[in-house]
Amino acid sequence: MASSTDDVLAGMAELIHDETGIATDAVALDKSFTDDLDIDSISMMTIIVNVEDKFDVKIPDEAVKDLKTVGDAVSYIIKAQG
Amino acid sequence: MTTPHPILRQAQGPAHTRMYAVGATRGSRAVPNAELAPAIDSSDEWIRQRTGIITRARADADTGAVDLATGAAREAIEKSGVASHLIDLVIVATISNTRQTPSIAAVIADRVGANPAAAYDSNAACAGYVYGIAQADALIRAGAAHYALVVGAEKLSDLVDPTDRSISFLLGDGAGAAVLGPSDFPGVSATVWGSDGSKAAAIAMNHTLVEFRDGVSEWPTLRQEGQTVFRWAVWDMAKVAQRALDAAGITSADLAAFIPHQANMRIIDEFAKQLKLPESVIIARDIATTGNTSAASIPLATHRLLAEHPELSGGLALQIGFGAGLVFGAQVVVLP
Repeated sequence: MASSTDDVLAGMAELIHDETGIATDAVALDKSFTDDLDIDSISMMTIIVNVEDKFDVKIPDEAVKDLKTVGDAVSYIIKAQG
Repeated sequence: MTTPHPILRQAQGPAHTRMYAVGATRGSRAVPNAELAPAIDSSDEWIRQRTGIITRARADADTGAVDLATGAAREAIEKSGVASHLIDLVIVATISNTRQTPSIAAVIADRVGANPAAAYDSNAACAGYVYGIAQADALIRAGAAHYALVVGAEKLSDLVDPTDRSISFLLGDGAGAAVLGPSDFPGVSATVWGSDGSKAAAIAMNHTLVEFRDGVSEWPTLRQEGQTVFRWAVWDMAKVAQRALDAAGITSADLAAFIPHQANMRIIDEFAKQLKLPESVIIARDIATTGNTSAASIPLATHRLLAEHPELSGGLALQIGFGAGLVFGAQVVVLP
């Protein structure tokens, strides 16, 4: 079942915190992974794999390239959950 | 059933094999990050943070992969106690022999006194050494050879583009070698190996030699799709590593050491995390001062581990190689 935007955002914030130490309240929908949060490609992939586990979705490598902001990822996850 | 000819004799070898000794040669120059950073608009800190590499070993212009291989092979043979003329199989894993033929294996077999051993090179990139160990083990047990020399040898600095931000700055030069032979106990486990050519483009030369010859490309150099490789190298390879432990009939608690291909420190760290290795398992981290040396990285890392932790001798090590192809291979060995 699809989760709400708030649930997915909160879950992502936790996973981002676990990987990078970034405070969960600094993670918002309009934040860019690279420009605002300074998350490098390896950390990004670790977060993606953990997101897949947590939300039971598949995010292929080609799709990862298009996820520029936290909001992009949250939308992708909700859509993928159907 | 009767046959019109005499019954053939088929070869049969000993029940078990093991690794007798390892040898290593690294490129003589320790190249610091600061030397490579300007061309990729980077810094020492950025490279350390993302790769764990402080310096990478690179060979001088006059030293080829064949020379690095010779040094490593000589050390391994000397330490093994096996007379070099008894070695009748030489396998060299390499992707960086700029002279495509003859093979490095045939040349070094002669140089180390193993002429006329069966000798060939194999291309399985960063899994090449594990593939070589699998072949040597199988060929000895099948009776096709008695003593084998397996070498991973690379001069990757010939295949780098200083302005490439994907892989070039990781790469180093070196060779590692192992001598294998018959054993009273199982010293090499079943190998879990395979490939996935659907991801051939994930790590590849950016041009062919023909394109270079025809003037339509620059000298071919290596490139990788970092994120794709990282996901595969950690999460898919963690499954392969577990399968190798299962095939060996052991658990991670039985390991003394974990020796993954030295691709990137971040991959090694995440890999170890995924495998949930007990704290007692010593993890090879040779990449910090050698860099990524593809087929040579596992034997080089093994050599360093044994030098720094001689107590590991006789213990079990899980070694796993993975790289361009994509290809992978993993097995458990008793450390010499």
